[in-house]
Amino acid sequence: MFAVVGTVPDKDFPLVCEPAALSDGKLIVGDCQIPINRGTPALLASALQAGEYFGAPPPTACLVGDIGTGAGSRKLYAYLEQTLSRLEFSSLTFHYIQPDVDWHKRLLSAIDQMPNRPRLIADAGFMYAAKMSGQAGVYEIFTPDIGELAFLADPDAPHPFYTRGFIFHEPERVPDLIAQAYASGNAARCLLVKGKTDVAANASGVIKTISEPVVPAMEAIGGTGDIITGLVAAFTAMAYDSLSACIYASKIARMAGAIAKPNPGSQVTDIIHKIPLALRQFF
Amino acid sequence: MGLLNFLKKKRRQPAISNEDRGILVFENTSEVIQAENLLAREDRSIRVMGPPPEIRTGCDLVIEFPLIEALEIIRTLESKNVYPLKAVPVTGALLEPVDIFFTRDYGRFLMVQAANMKLTVEKASSTVVNVSGGGCPDVPYLASEMVGKTLDAAPAPRSIGHTLCGYALQLAYEEMKRKCSQ
Repeated sequence: MFAVVGTVPDKDFPLVCEPAALSDGKLIVGDCQIPINRGTPALLASALQAGEYFGAPPPTACLVGDIGTGAGSRKLYAYLEQTLSRLEFSSLTFHYIQPDVDWHKRLLSAIDQMPNRPRLIADAGFMYAAKMSGQAGVYEIFTPDIGELAFLADPDAPHPFYTRGFIFHEPERVPDLIAQAYASGNAARCLLVKGKTDVAANASGVIKTISEPVVPAMEAIGGTGDIITGLVAAFTAMAYDSLSACIYASKIARMAGAIAKPNPGSQVTDIIHKIPLALRQFF
Repeated sequence: MGLLNFLKKKRRQPAISNEDRGILVFENTSEVIQAENLLAREDRSIRVMGPPPEIRTGCDLVIEFPLIEALEIIRTLESKNVYPLKAVPVTGALLEPVDIFFTRDYGRFLMVQAANMKLTVEKASSTVVNVSGGGCPDVPYLASEMVGKTLDAAPAPRSIGHTLCGYALQLAYEEMKRKCSQ
């Protein structure tokens, strides 16, 4: 059993922490029905599609409403600090949560109290907090895009908004940025850098690049990175090693995109619905 | 009152990690005091302190605040006519926001990227069709409020966003409006 921790863009959405399911195009968690537009619901929907294909158990979704004020995130941090020591998960994937270094440290302390230490995966805001706290090394996988990789590589940057040397679309710089991120202790044990070419790497450097199929419109579609992170979480829960999970996630997301034939105005759900077909073609 | 509070509390400040903190710089001490009072009234996690040497430009007090909340905090201050000169990270007061725009023309659609945020519109109708990138929790919220609306009808990220990602999206939004008006 694995868990996904994140937010829903609705300030009135309650804190829930229960197994997730898909029904009629909605994400179901407890009594809540959640639209799958982008963000953590899109991540969960992608993980569920992969899990259903392989007959794997669904993830537990720990969600709260937060529209960016951080109020919901702080409730979720506090809840997890109180409860994690009694829970058992093979992996924990942290997503769109308000970055907060102090709460991040408290959460890692709570994780240390868990009966079995889960593999930790971080994307989006929680990856920012992990880097800023100087504790990136305890994570198994980060899934940055190239801009976020430049943020990880810059020891002083507190957020991708303030990253030095952030030059758009220069994929040839990715290996150097990966090396800098590891040299400054700001990378997880495995990185999946999302971009025109996805790059799976570890402290040794680039392990694998994935550039096919090419679907240019995916860059503009909100939530395509969430698909990849959701698939990473699902494959990791199926006991794939981290690098394999990253490589398969990249490939399946690209294949689902190619099957969907999106344009830049398409929505991420158009691609998520194609994940089972992509899995069938790949495996 | 605010300055007095600062002096009284100086020795009792709890240990706060500074990795995710920012500094608001003001023209003069009077504005610092006004800002402190406004933000304290909202129960913000702030403190008045001396500026780091590299930004010592006149006023000898600055306000430290949670950097991620920059957009929301600046909106609060500006609504009361208090205008910070700048907001900078504690970890690197000389760091400047990423200010390069990247534009991709897909034919029917146009995408503008500012820092880590991307905004895509359908050119013919000026309708926002996608918001992508970023990692703060207001990104999905901003997307849900903006997608499907024209640039003129959609709320400006500055007006409903809360974080640095929202701030970056505002820059992309302004650049997109500029391009669409040409």
